Amino acid sequence: MSTATEHPTYNYKVVRQFAIMTVVWGIVGMAVGVLIAAQLVWPALNFDIPWLTYGRLRPLHTNAVIFAFGGCALFATSYYVVQRTCQTRLFGGGLAAFTFWGWQAIIVLAAISLPMGWTSGKEYAELEWPIDLLIAVVWVSYAIVFLGTVKLRKTSHIYVGNWFYMAFIITVAVLHIVNSAALPVSLTKSYSVYPGAVDAMVQWWYGHNAVGFFLTAGFLGMMYYFVPKQAERPIFSYRLSIVHFWALIATYMWAGGHHLHYTALPDWTQSLAMVMSLILLAPSWGGMINGMMTLSGAWHKLRTDPVLRFLVVSLSFYGMSTFEGPMMSIKTVNALSHYTDWTVGHVHAGALGWVAMISIGAVYHMIPRLFGKAQMYSVGLINTHFWLATIGTVLYICAMWVNGILQGLMWRAVNEDGTLTYSFVEALEASHPGYFVRWLGGMFFLTGMVLMAFNVWQTVRKGSTAPAADAAAQAA
Amino acid sequence: MSAFWSAWVIVITAAVIGGCTWLLLATRKSETYKEATDETLGHEFDGIAEYDNPLPRWWFQMFLATVIFGVAYLALYPGLGNFQGLLGWSSTGQWEEEMAHAEEQYKPVFAKYAAMSVEDLQQPGNEAGLKMGQRMFANNCSLCHGSTATGAYGFPNLTDDDWLYGGDAATIKATITNGRNGGMPPWGAVLGEEGVRDVASYVLSLSGQQVDSESAAKGKTQFQALCTACHGADGTGMHALGAPNLTDNVWLYGGSFEKVAHTIRNGRNGVMPAHKSLLNEDKIHLITAYVYSLSNK
Repeated sequence: MSTATEHPTYNYKVVRQFAIMTVVWGIVGMAVGVLIAAQLVWPALNFDIPWLTYGRLRPLHTNAVIFAFGGCALFATSYYVVQRTCQTRLFGGGLAAFTFWGWQAIIVLAAISLPMGWTSGKEYAELEWPIDLLIAVVWVSYAIVFLGTVKLRKTSHIYVGNWFYMAFIITVAVLHIVNSAALPVSLTKSYSVYPGAVDAMVQWWYGHNAVGFFLTAGFLGMMYYFVPKQAERPIFSYRLSIVHFWALIATYMWAGGHHLHYTALPDWTQSLAMVMSLILLAPSWGGMINGMMTLSGAWHKLRTDPVLRFLVVSLSFYGMSTFEGPMMSIKTVNALSHYTDWTVGHVHAGALGWVAMISIGAVYHMIPRLFGKAQMYSVGLINTHFWLATIGTVLYICAMWVNGILQGLMWRAVNEDGTLTYSFVEALEASHPGYFVRWLGGMFFLTGMVLMAFNVWQTVRKGSTAPAADAAAQAA
Repeated sequence: MSAFWSAWVIVITAAVIGGCTWLLLATRKSETYKEATDETLGHEFDGIAEYDNPLPRWWFQMFLATVIFGVAYLALYPGLGNFQGLLGWSSTGQWEEEMAHAEEQYKPVFAKYAAMSVEDLQQPGNEAGLKMGQRMFANNCSLCHGSTATGAYGFPNLTDDDWLYGGDAATIKATITNGRNGGMPPWGAVLGEEGVRDVASYVLSLSGQQVDSESAAKGKTQFQALCTACHGADGTGMHALGAPNLTDNVWLYGGSFEKVAHTIRNGRNGVMPAHKSLLNEDKIHLITAYVYSLSNK
């Protein structure tokens, strides 16, 4: 058995707080998503109330699922992983608590300001300048806590999961600060400091790297801990980790321009973005291979362990969407897919299939260990959640593929006289069934999250009080 | 882009692509194991060990293939700073080429109808031409006038016989080509609130509505002083100015007492945008023929 000096008492309080809020904000963010999906099927659902309209709730949905749900999942897992893989208590106890309360304050401010219509108009960076300043302060505190903990590590090397977390934390700080630079004209309105096409390029340099570093690198950090841990198998290849880590962070930086194909952006910028996006395919897949191959010798565990199933299926969706992304960045493909629902489907293949599923798996792994329980209250409910989430994701992305290709083809169809065959409204009308299926998929996914909340609640409240093996070890 | 920034772009692009390729090749060359291995590296993190398996061959090849494609693409197309690429392609060039191709392909289709008058296009046998006009209407005009051209609040109905500027072919074509700017000045300050309501009563009486006759009588005096210059002594309007006929019970901005009073008090400003820079003459000709057909069955 271990002694107290080898197993420091970890700071689990902040991890518990973030883990619980991951579930809470997941339900809130996805519920808003389901509402706006329903508004596209039944437009009357905005009830003619300004703050319930699609235009105001859509940024609330994206901010809530990415930064509230995904953000809390990243905070919770990174604080958990960094302590356990560095064998040291979290650096800066008070500062760690500040990152929790600061991040929650930002989320609440977003939930008020976006429905009020206060927005900078930059996608995934809509929050106005006072909130942006608070984000910068909290994020720098996060970097100090995380990097400080890595510095205090009792292990000789830095674990690969922590490389990804560090890349994510440092890069997001740079992205946020550069892209949010603005001139305030009042407390609730500011204008970007960048002009025209430069602003568009900065915005999508930020936007795509938010995907690359927040939603990919951060969650790869999560993957590198929870997949081998849940499968109880060694990581497949250390050298693969090295190549794909450095190649991923080097090439992601360039890819943002592919959001602006066929626009006023200079040709060379578009071409470079496309080339870098294609080169990004192999580095992205490196993470999937390392996760998947880690399961060799443990595949049978998928039959009995729904948590592992969440983790493995998330890797499959990760592989699928990181193949789809480079394909969509090819200009000729983009000419069809751009501005259609295909893009929305692609984002959700990543957001639901990869980001949400791996976070859900990680939270199910952590909750019993954080609260000193033997296991989750109900493994059966985790299994039900798994199927609801998988079916929901598949319904969602299939509906958006069909809609996207339909729209792309209808918009470009031309009569023999050169006039457009369809007006915009006709393409919209044809998209209606797809919008219904998308809403249904969202309902499946949200229902699963509600089951998760119940399961987590029961585990924390009642659950088995027999301490989990490793919880007992660290509680010394 | 200055030579410095061009060189900057080229250098860092080469550094990123070259660096990734070097890392890939160097890592593969230094492989300790050429086959799958059960040996871990010896360090553990919270119980997680790491194998040192070789890079999967197919993955290695796929990585190289994307790098080769990327380098070839950057040689052929613009990407490396000011270097325009060996093919001389540009997005502006591609657009111009496609437009020239479309012009060549579709010109004869339009030329046939351009030679016919709007009135002749209404004759049987020219349905295809009117259909072309309808499609262009759907894509360019329906946003305001509706897909059935029946208009909306502030946007005139094009299917009735009531015309603001005139419904003959030449006038319709002039409206589409050059646009219109219909301004009704605000009279609230001049008339005062009571005067506004009196004039509204009189205006509604012109189309035979039930109104307070005393108020309407007072309004008539003011109407004759202020409104007849545009709407005419009898209120039937004036095409030259786009002043609506007030006697026919067709209302662009609503015909309720409050709406009419609002119009008198605050004025109106209706804009039909000019389309000469958006559509060529032959296209405007066919849209004219389609709009003309709507009220000339």
